[in-house]
Amino acid sequence: MSRRTIEMAVGTSGVDQFGRPMRAPLAVRGNGALVLEAPPEPELEGDHMLINIGPQHPATHGVLRLVLELDGETVVRCVPHIGYLHCGFEKIGEYRQYNQIIPWTDREDYLNSIGNNVAFVLGCERLFGIQITPRCTVLRVIAMEMSRIMSHLVWMGTTCIDIGAFTPFLWLYQERENLYNLLEGWVGARLTTSATRVGGMAAEVPDGWMDGLKAFIRGFPKTLDEADRMLARNGIWMGRTVGIGALSADEAINYGLSGAMLRASGVAYDVRKDVPYLDYETYDFDVPVGTQGDVYDRYLVRVEEMRQSIRILEQAVQRLPDGPLNVDDPRVILPPKTRATSQMESMIHHFKLVMEGPRPPIGEVYVPVESPKGEKGYYLVSDGTSKPVRWRIRPPAFVNLSAIPRMVEGHLLSDVIAINASIDIVMGEIDR
Amino acid sequence: MTRPLPSYPSTRPGSAREAAGEPAPITPHHVAHRGGAENPSVAALRERFGAAIVRAHVMWGETTVIVAADAIHDVIAFLRDEPAHAYNYLVDVTAVEYRDAEQPMELVWHLRSLPWQRFLRLKVEIPKGEPLVAPSITDLYASADWLERECFDMFGVTFTGHPDLRRILMWDTYREGHPLRKDFPLRGRFSRSEQLTQALSIDTVGRYSMTELTIAEAFDDLPADMRERLAERRAAELARSMRTLDAGDDA
Repeated sequence: MSRRTIEMAVGTSGVDQFGRPMRAPLAVRGNGALVLEAPPEPELEGDHMLINIGPQHPATHGVLRLVLELDGETVVRCVPHIGYLHCGFEKIGEYRQYNQIIPWTDREDYLNSIGNNVAFVLGCERLFGIQITPRCTVLRVIAMEMSRIMSHLVWMGTTCIDIGAFTPFLWLYQERENLYNLLEGWVGARLTTSATRVGGMAAEVPDGWMDGLKAFIRGFPKTLDEADRMLARNGIWMGRTVGIGALSADEAINYGLSGAMLRASGVAYDVRKDVPYLDYETYDFDVPVGTQGDVYDRYLVRVEEMRQSIRILEQAVQRLPDGPLNVDDPRVILPPKTRATSQMESMIHHFKLVMEGPRPPIGEVYVPVESPKGEKGYYLVSDGTSKPVRWRIRPPAFVNLSAIPRMVEGHLLSDVIAINASIDIVMGEIDR
Repeated sequence: MTRPLPSYPSTRPGSAREAAGEPAPITPHHVAHRGGAENPSVAALRERFGAAIVRAHVMWGETTVIVAADAIHDVIAFLRDEPAHAYNYLVDVTAVEYRDAEQPMELVWHLRSLPWQRFLRLKVEIPKGEPLVAPSITDLYASADWLERECFDMFGVTFTGHPDLRRILMWDTYREGHPLRKDFPLRGRFSRSEQLTQALSIDTVGRYSMTELTIAEAFDDLPADMRERLAERRAAELARSMRTLDAGDDA
């Protein structure tokens, strides 16, 4: 190996902001061996240091960028930068009919895609003045709770990895795989479900599907308990999470936090209880709250939420009524294909729905739901045409993330990773 | 190190409502398009602010109050601090621009009262052609910080009193305008080839570093030659994007 080859390989590194090489320079000794030359120690003299995390960093869960000002290893200030995944969903929505927006809701909070589908059509149905069928209501509850468990499993698994535990990640992803298989059997897709339509669902659950869900309800709590047992009293886990990133109840409310972030701080605000939708007030479930508002409490609250979701799923499976899935309303639901090809009126409805799309009356609605990340709401404004004037996503993770400068200040650099993981961010939703 | 497991509190956010003997909220069925029970806070607002409350209406069960632009900060502060209303939770800050050129632009604040379990929508109407200015409520709610920045970024609304009003989803040197305005074309102002050229020729140092270094006050500590180099790149980047903006206008 010639000397020149080695220089080509190692000599292309950039320089950092202080003009020093970013990588440790390698020197070639006389015998051809590569030797690491220690860079000169920077003369810091108590100066603050600037550290950049992301946007391409495994612990930022996507493309988040954090610029940290450090005093030694302690965070003095944190400036988050977002927008790397901005796709303009809200702008595109103004050029789409209501049912055409549903695929975009898959892609914003992509860990909760079927939950977003349900949330969006709930807003549309309020805007159209439609009352959905009892069977559809229960199926949507099942979809939302499955979605909550899936999202929390990803959160728990990736947080384990961030903090240094690998085994629970594999156990939890196995259970998530079971749920994705169920979703695939129901709507044909795993991640981009697009499962709902204004006034109903895209598909009825297939025969025997409920047996699969019942098997999951039986088996999942055991896996969850095992993973919980690995972490909840684990010395390393508690050392990394207890007392980290704590927010008081008043602060959490003032920062507009929602979901497990808010409940960990001791505020029992849950949209399912406080602004019920889909008859959630008739289900028997509890809202767990923490006491300290730190990363550990957020973990406890999310784990308990999964157990409560299982309780809701059990009740929903038991009460699932027979009957029609979609509303009998030709304004929004396509007629059966046989009628559309044989009856004049049905054919007209079919044509109008496909070519023009359903038209809501003039008005506006804000319908919040409890997504796994927190209060997610769709604010829809209609001017009477088949496309919304404004489709606004109230992104819970965006608002939760805005509190990260307050949460990380005074903590160590390594705690930033744990705090960031505890927010449960999905950049697709934050940047939209 | 032991910690009690999460509890299930008997006191919920709606404790004030329960104490007042109001029933717990349930899923709304058969909501009327217009009319219905008005949010009780509206009467108090009318009494307190008089003519500053332009009008109020109930649509799909939600109360909307249209407020005069100069009174909005006082109205929100009143709603937040008065215990009988206690709108302590800011849900959202956004804007609506209608396709109809006659209709005024609307700035929207969604407030929630956790103790009373109430939801209220406040609006300020700004006629077309007038400057989009509103007072910032970051002094009342910390969550308003990013929400107002997003509204500024997407609609160009200036929130006076905001401590750090800069773009949040688009980058700092973005020159094409405010994407959610109705006069902004869906594909952006520049042609695809121009956007591609820009994306490929981004000088990342010139585009990003200055801002962050200034924010962290580390810029002044840099060597003098590096500071000059950064400033030059920054100026060149700005000049280039200004040129493309002019070219885009001509096209």
